[in-house]
Amino acid sequence: MEHPVTTDLVRWIVLLPLLGAAINFLFGATLQKRFGKRVISFLGCGAVLAAFAIALYTLFAMLALAPDRRFMLDDLWRWFDVGGLKLDIAFWLDPLSIVMVLIITGVGGLIHIYSTDYMHDDASYWRFFGWLNLFTFAMLVLVLGDNLWLMFVGWEGVGLCSFALIGFWYTDLVNTNAGNKAFIVNRIGDLAFVVAIYALFAGLGAVGHPTLVIREVARYAPALAGARGYLGLPMVTFVTLMLFLGATGKSAQIPLHVWLPDAMAGPTPVSALIHAATMVTAGVYMVARLNFLYSMAPATMLVVATVGALTAFLAATVGVTQTDIKRVLAYSTISQLGYMFVGVGVGAYAAGVFHLMTHAFFKACLFLGAGSVIHALGGEQDMRKMGALRHKMPLTFVTFFAATLAICGVPPFAGFMSKDEIIWRAYAHGHFVIWALLWAGAGVTAFYMFRQVYMTFFGDFRGTPEQDHHVHEAPSAMAFVLVALAILSTVGGFAMLPGFIAPFAPFERFLDPVFNSDATRQVFASGLHDRSLETLFAGLSLLAVAAGWLLADLTYRQGVLSAARMSEFAGGVFYRLSFGKYRIDEFYRAAFLAPYLKLANAAAWFDGHIIDGVVNFAASMTVVGAWLAGLFDSYIVDGLVNFTSKATLAAGGRLRRLQTGSINGYLYGILAAVMVILLVRAIARV
Amino acid sequence: MVNGLTLNDFLILGLAVFLLGVYCVLTRRNAIGILMGIELILNAANINYIAFSFFGGGGANYDGQVFAIFVIMLAAAEAVIGLAIILAIYQNLRTIDVGAAETLSG
Amino acid sequence: MAHPLTLITFIPLIGMILILAAPAGLVRWYKWIAVASAAAQLVIAAWLYTNFNTGTVAMQFTERYSWIGAYHIYYFMGVDGISISMVLLTALICFIAVFSSFSIDRAEKGYYALLMLLDTGMMGVFVALDFFLFYIFWEVMLLPMYFLIGIWGGPRREYAAIKFFLYTLLGSVLILLAMLALYYYGAVPTFDMTQLAAHSSSYTIGFQRIVWIALFIGFAIKIPAFPFHTWLPDAHVEAPTAISVILAGVLLKMGTYGILRVNFAILPAATHELAWLLLGLIGTINIVYGAMCAMAQKDFKKLVAYSSISHMGYVMLGLASFTAAGINGAVLQMFNHGTITAMLFLLVGVIYDRTHHREIDGFGGLAQSMPIYAGITGFAFFAALGLPGLSAFISEVLVLIGAWQLHPIMTTLGAATAILTAGYLLWCFQRIYLGPLNEKYAALPDLSAREIFMLLPLAAIVIMLGVYPHAILVLLNTSLVHLNQGVLAVATGPALPLH
Repeated sequence: MEHPVTTDLVRWIVLLPLLGAAINFLFGATLQKRFGKRVISFLGCGAVLAAFAIALYTLFAMLALAPDRRFMLDDLWRWFDVGGLKLDIAFWLDPLSIVMVLIITGVGGLIHIYSTDYMHDDASYWRFFGWLNLFTFAMLVLVLGDNLWLMFVGWEGVGLCSFALIGFWYTDLVNTNAGNKAFIVNRIGDLAFVVAIYALFAGLGAVGHPTLVIREVARYAPALAGARGYLGLPMVTFVTLMLFLGATGKSAQIPLHVWLPDAMAGPTPVSALIHAATMVTAGVYMVARLNFLYSMAPATMLVVATVGALTAFLAATVGVTQTDIKRVLAYSTISQLGYMFVGVGVGAYAAGVFHLMTHAFFKACLFLGAGSVIHALGGEQDMRKMGALRHKMPLTFVTFFAATLAICGVPPFAGFMSKDEIIWRAYAHGHFVIWALLWAGAGVTAFYMFRQVYMTFFGDFRGTPEQDHHVHEAPSAMAFVLVALAILSTVGGFAMLPGFIAPFAPFERFLDPVFNSDATRQVFASGLHDRSLETLFAGLSLLAVAAGWLLADLTYRQGVLSAARMSEFAGGVFYRLSFGKYRIDEFYRAAFLAPYLKLANAAAWFDGHIIDGVVNFAASMTVVGAWLAGLFDSYIVDGLVNFTSKATLAAGGRLRRLQTGSINGYLYGILAAVMVILLVRAIARV
Repeated sequence: MVNGLTLNDFLILGLAVFLLGVYCVLTRRNAIGILMGIELILNAANINYIAFSFFGGGGANYDGQVFAIFVIMLAAAEAVIGLAIILAIYQNLRTIDVGAAETLSG
Repeated sequence: MAHPLTLITFIPLIGMILILAAPAGLVRWYKWIAVASAAAQLVIAAWLYTNFNTGTVAMQFTERYSWIGAYHIYYFMGVDGISISMVLLTALICFIAVFSSFSIDRAEKGYYALLMLLDTGMMGVFVALDFFLFYIFWEVMLLPMYFLIGIWGGPRREYAAIKFFLYTLLGSVLILLAMLALYYYGAVPTFDMTQLAAHSSSYTIGFQRIVWIALFIGFAIKIPAFPFHTWLPDAHVEAPTAISVILAGVLLKMGTYGILRVNFAILPAATHELAWLLLGLIGTINIVYGAMCAMAQKDFKKLVAYSSISHMGYVMLGLASFTAAGINGAVLQMFNHGTITAMLFLLVGVIYDRTHHREIDGFGGLAQSMPIYAGITGFAFFAALGLPGLSAFISEVLVLIGAWQLHPIMTTLGAATAILTAGYLLWCFQRIYLGPLNEKYAALPDLSAREIFMLLPLAAIVIMLGVYPHAILVLLNTSLVHLNQGVLAVATGPALPLH
């Protein structure tokens, strides 16, 4: 790890999708008008598939290296260097990120191809591919960024693309509301994420290593052991908890899962790519990437596993009663993400990442299959209006069924290999309650998935005759992608077999160099390693799956049990809780959103009336004062002046009569005056 | 003493001439007459100056006589300006009755 | 180039004289004289940028001539890392504001002449190093602003102009008094800011506190800091677009620039003592309170004005951090806020020119009739809400990472406001551009070439500084670290943290 292989190939994995996005955004409208949608398809898919090809090439280049030297660095330029914080725009490729890159460009590339058919009639075709490419770019930055801030650039970048694609059909406010909700809920998580970064930087600075470059953090993390953090928690615990809170936003875990079901408002390929296969798994990736920190904080690990298990179970129970075909899959995604978090939360990082990968295969397949159904029915998403589609859409049915078997964990499909490993490791690390939740969740998963299969593909068609007439199998591009993903869902699990079947786990071995910090190895070693017990627990899981499947079969295919009767159970309390998604949206609305809006209005009122009121009051007081001063001035000060002049005038008016013009008169006056003076003097002398 | 005349005699003469002048100015409406009255008043003052000069101060003091010459010069100037004014009045009003010149009357 | 700072300051003044001397009614002459002046300024600013030595803390390109010898007043100009970034910003914003002014349709001669005078005043404030000269430019800028709002503004323009004028005049008086106090009570009687800074230790702490607060209030009005901010929404709402652009893009920065140039450099001891409360706490209030008020606005322009108040709070918080990261982030945020808010006001102007109203709820679905406009607005909104990869993100991150060490609670509040910011901006975007198209505005023309020409350079800078902030930070770092060390060096005890 000291000497990563430097390369300048990795940048092209990232930059090609960016280039595709840039061309689409700047010239897409013109290109589409002039040369048709095929140019856009070529650009959009080509950029991602070329990135996939480069990624494959680098994978082989990496496999040629010794396992402990499988690290590549592509350093582009200095981003900033301020106050001891030196960060580069640099991409870091190691076994973990190459797995992610292959999922993003591989599954993503397939979904791009699928979209060329699915979105074909949309006027804003170019815009769709622009955002899809930009999303791919942002997601690649997230997984390849060599420092936490660059990772965060991708982290929010995918949020932006998610926002734009959920609200892709923006003329309907329902869609844009869902987009806003997704972005804002994600920002709540992001707040915790950035606080974690600030705290981590401050903490590392305090021990003399101010850095946010992930490989350097890994090197210096042991120095943080015992460091005091905030809120009375040790530093590592605080940082990892905050990061995990960030992950709950992006990966839709309780309590920030509320945006994902609404996000289904976006076009179905978006749901498959962003809200199932890639973006929502970013939180799991982040925990796995920072495993050296998480392994140092057992308290956080417990929180991660507990939240994961609760989410896995509760989301599954909500999925049971939903009627929208995509909404069921959305809750299923939340639930499966919970499994992944349990995996990384109990220290089974490789198992968590493995489930991330297999989930990308089968959940993308499920979403795209659902998309194929929606496409065939002209936009219908309500499963109550479907049925019997297996006859008219055999290929969609077969692929959907394969993916269903995978998600339920039926051997030997991919989901069995990955999910069962997580369930077992939860028990192996001594978390019985978590194991129980996951075990029950597996049963519920089987129930709602087969419920979906039966409602959609079996029974009688319940839609309009018109729809019945128009139903058609998926077009070629969509069909190709469905088959490819179904095959991956079927055989993808063989990269890492459960220990009790065969000691064959090249996937885990490949990831080993990433999960080899002292703390991580310690956590791993602390679990039970008992082959026979593992076999027993695998049997228990299969029992739960079988029970769920059987119940669904009896209820929705054979009609032996009545769904309506079941929903009446316990006065319908459970049904209403599940159907109403535990009323969490309503709770948030009442507890946070409404008070905040009131507060904002109050602030604006305060600003306009109190603060500005004080200002205006001061101004009007000045005006009143000026008016008073004016009165004083005109009546008192000016009054005196005017009085003087008026008095002079009046006196003059009187006195002018003395001015007779007669010289004789004046002389008489003088004489008289002299006489008077003399007289006065004479009297005075006496 | 000059030929038995004392200062008082001269002063009485001065007073008489002065009073005659005042009376002339007061009573005459003819502007020329008034001018002549003023001439008398000035000459009365001259008599007093010369008398005081002669009788007062031990003989070597000619201040009074100098002043008398000033007054004569003044009287000449006054007569010139006065006659000029009277001429202007006459040209405007065709009379030299001072009662007629009353445009400045308030 | 000889005397670049004198040139860059007074070229607009020459432009003003030429405009005044030009024959009446030849509006095109006024426009192109103004464009030429602003372009010349931009060229000189670019020359300054390329010739600036980033390795020294000394003032550069200095010019110093005795002016009023009896009172030790000099014509003294020079730039360091702090002011050169502001000079660049001023030249850029003025250039764009001139183009934005082309929609002015009455009394153009007076308008362009006053615009040029305003330009000189602003540039002068950033290059003056003599406090007296600084104050003169500060006042020179005030008067044209008053007339530009009061004559070419909206319906309540007189109220807004007088409010602006009185508020800033109050601030000016305090600055004047503080300036005179510094002159008379200093070790050497001088207005030279570098000299004043060199002798800062000769002022007693009690004196420093009083002068600091007087200066702070004077500058805070300009920022504008809570609770002196209420002139800003009114002034913005009434001012014509170009003036709003200048007001938000440049004028607000003078407040924080003054605090750095005067309070930090000349009164370091008082800065160290008072900054956490008056800059940190008030900055945090600005951030949160501005965002909440913005949420409740119904007028598009008022919303942007309150968002300005919110974003300027980050500058104050960064200054209060006393870390290299925080203080660099603060000045970078000044620059970024200038470019982004300029974009926002230009965009508000675009829609106001077409519809003659700004009621957020009165639009709807404009993305359908004006796709390019909606696209660029979306870009500007996301830039304003600090999307990583764009410029404001870098500066906010630096501010917060710097402030965290001293003020974790205030930092958390500041970071949390990113949620509120996303809330009001996205909600506003939705109400104006998304949803069903308001039929009244179905035929609105999209952006004209001139409008795109104004917006694109700003957008390019926003992206460029997001991926390569080094371009501006390299200017700032040396000067700011030096300034910050000056403040920290005088600290006799530890600062007063809030937690």
